[in-house]
Amino acid sequence: MAKVWVLAESAGGKVSSLSLELLTKARELGDTVEAVAWGADTASIAGDLGAHGASTVHDLGDLGTSLPGVSVAAAIAAAIEAGTGPDILLVGQSYDGRDVAGRLSAKLDKPVLTNVVGLAAGEPPVASHAIFGGATIVEATFTGSAPFIYAVRPKSFAAEPSGGSATVAPLSVPETGATNAATVVDRHVEERSGPQLDEAAVVVSGGRGLGEAANYAMIEELAKLLKGAPGASRAIVDAGWVPYAYQVGQTGKTVKPTLYIAAGISGATQHMVGMKGSKNIIAINKDQEAPILQIADLGIVGDVHKVLPQLIEALKARS
Amino acid sequence: MIGNAGDMNVVVCVKQIPDPANPGSLDANNNLDRSSKLIIDDSDMYGVEMALQLVHAAGSGEVSLVSMAPNGETAGLRTALAMGAEKAVLVSDDTLKGSDALGTAKVLAAAIKRIEGADLILAATESSDGYTGTTPVQVAEILGLPSVTFAKHIEVDGSTVKVQRQTEAGYDEVTCPLPALVTVTAGVVEPRYPSFKGIMAAKGKPLDQVTVADLGIDAAQVGGDGAGQKITNVTAAEARKAGEVVVDEGDAFQKIVAFLDQLKVI
Repeated sequence: MAKVWVLAESAGGKVSSLSLELLTKARELGDTVEAVAWGADTASIAGDLGAHGASTVHDLGDLGTSLPGVSVAAAIAAAIEAGTGPDILLVGQSYDGRDVAGRLSAKLDKPVLTNVVGLAAGEPPVASHAIFGGATIVEATFTGSAPFIYAVRPKSFAAEPSGGSATVAPLSVPETGATNAATVVDRHVEERSGPQLDEAAVVVSGGRGLGEAANYAMIEELAKLLKGAPGASRAIVDAGWVPYAYQVGQTGKTVKPTLYIAAGISGATQHMVGMKGSKNIIAINKDQEAPILQIADLGIVGDVHKVLPQLIEALKARS
Repeated sequence: MIGNAGDMNVVVCVKQIPDPANPGSLDANNNLDRSSKLIIDDSDMYGVEMALQLVHAAGSGEVSLVSMAPNGETAGLRTALAMGAEKAVLVSDDTLKGSDALGTAKVLAAAIKRIEGADLILAATESSDGYTGTTPVQVAEILGLPSVTFAKHIEVDGSTVKVQRQTEAGYDEVTCPLPALVTVTAGVVEPRYPSFKGIMAAKGKPLDQVTVADLGIDAAQVGGDGAGQKITNVTAAEARKAGEVVVDEGDAFQKIVAFLDQLKVI
């Protein structure tokens, strides 16, 4: 039976929810589930990783000021070469996850199935991908031999504890040379108030239809009134109205809130991939043909500059 | 592989894709249908612009392009040449149809080697059609170069590139010796529009069209057969239940309030 390794990303002593989702799924794909982790204090996250199904945490230790991609890929490749590595590797479709998958793929001359939103057990497992903005589901698998690398989108699976515990075992990083020459000289944390975009029960997103950057204030106000998080389409992130961290979509965050409100967003493929899983969708757009109106539970064909202020006033009057 | 001292030579990976404004479709082999006219991927405009600005800031050097297309398409490359890039290498070959990200990376890496003296290679974080987001890093690994992904700001200082790299929490400041590969997020710079003069000049710029064999790559490594992965099933996603669409007559906000009430979010 297959040995599955899961890339365990963490920040501030907390495992990313994506990594816990992958561990949960990994239990269906193989009989041995193990995690690969790095950082100054891997012991502190081993409990959480064990509780979600990892029997061993392969600890690369503190990678210092290097970016994780090259070191982590090199350590996994060395384990595979030594015959102690995985048959299946699950990485998150995250900043560092993609770096690891790309480096490892080229190193091993093995392909990667990316943007995976579903996995079914098999030899090798079959991956599902949502294409054309989620309108079509494609199933794909590998034709060659193990190891099989899958990069999985956030929120594809629910994270559920299994009640196990993990042993921590060191995994050494081989000499990486010139490829590992990038150095992190400073880290900046951008503070945001209110709930996290990818965890909020209500998300209110704005797009190009807002007309100008100053009008994004309406999105923030509405989000606050609904105790939700403000989000954005790629168009207004590209235009510099709001930071990249606000972006919902293929390149940005995947959200699945109870309620998603899209204001002045037409519903490009890029955006739909990131929010189509929302339980309820309200869309306001002046173009009756906008694709977003076709997937909305409540679609308003109207001007956001009129509808949003009226809605905000009505909600204020009730609170 | 660094060129003349002081020169800043940048190679930009450019993808030519079906116009995203039109609905996409799959061909008989379940590959994305690329038979229509291809245009430059919007995501690559940022890399081209960034490259032009870095060369300008250095005072000398040039911007080159590499691209891969199954059908000899050059329209997207001409757009980037019209913006100010000096030359392009296009790898075009029937055997490339159905290539996966790793096969593409092998081809692009070989094309980049053909352009000597690259100090910096730029690519988008991902393409707008395939969006695997792994090709640039695979290129870096094949070429034995360091890489910094998700750049939202780039400066070159002598033989070092300084990057602000997007993270979950904010951004990291990263430095990396050249030569290196950097992927840029959309919005890293504002791409220029090609001028009429630029469009005319682009027609005369060198565009070197080569085949997989010219690059010395075994055809079995690329295309659908080299991909090492296959599509087993294609189905329509479960459609969302059609909702209610209302034309605002000044009272649509009340519909929204009623909907919010029903969901108990207010």
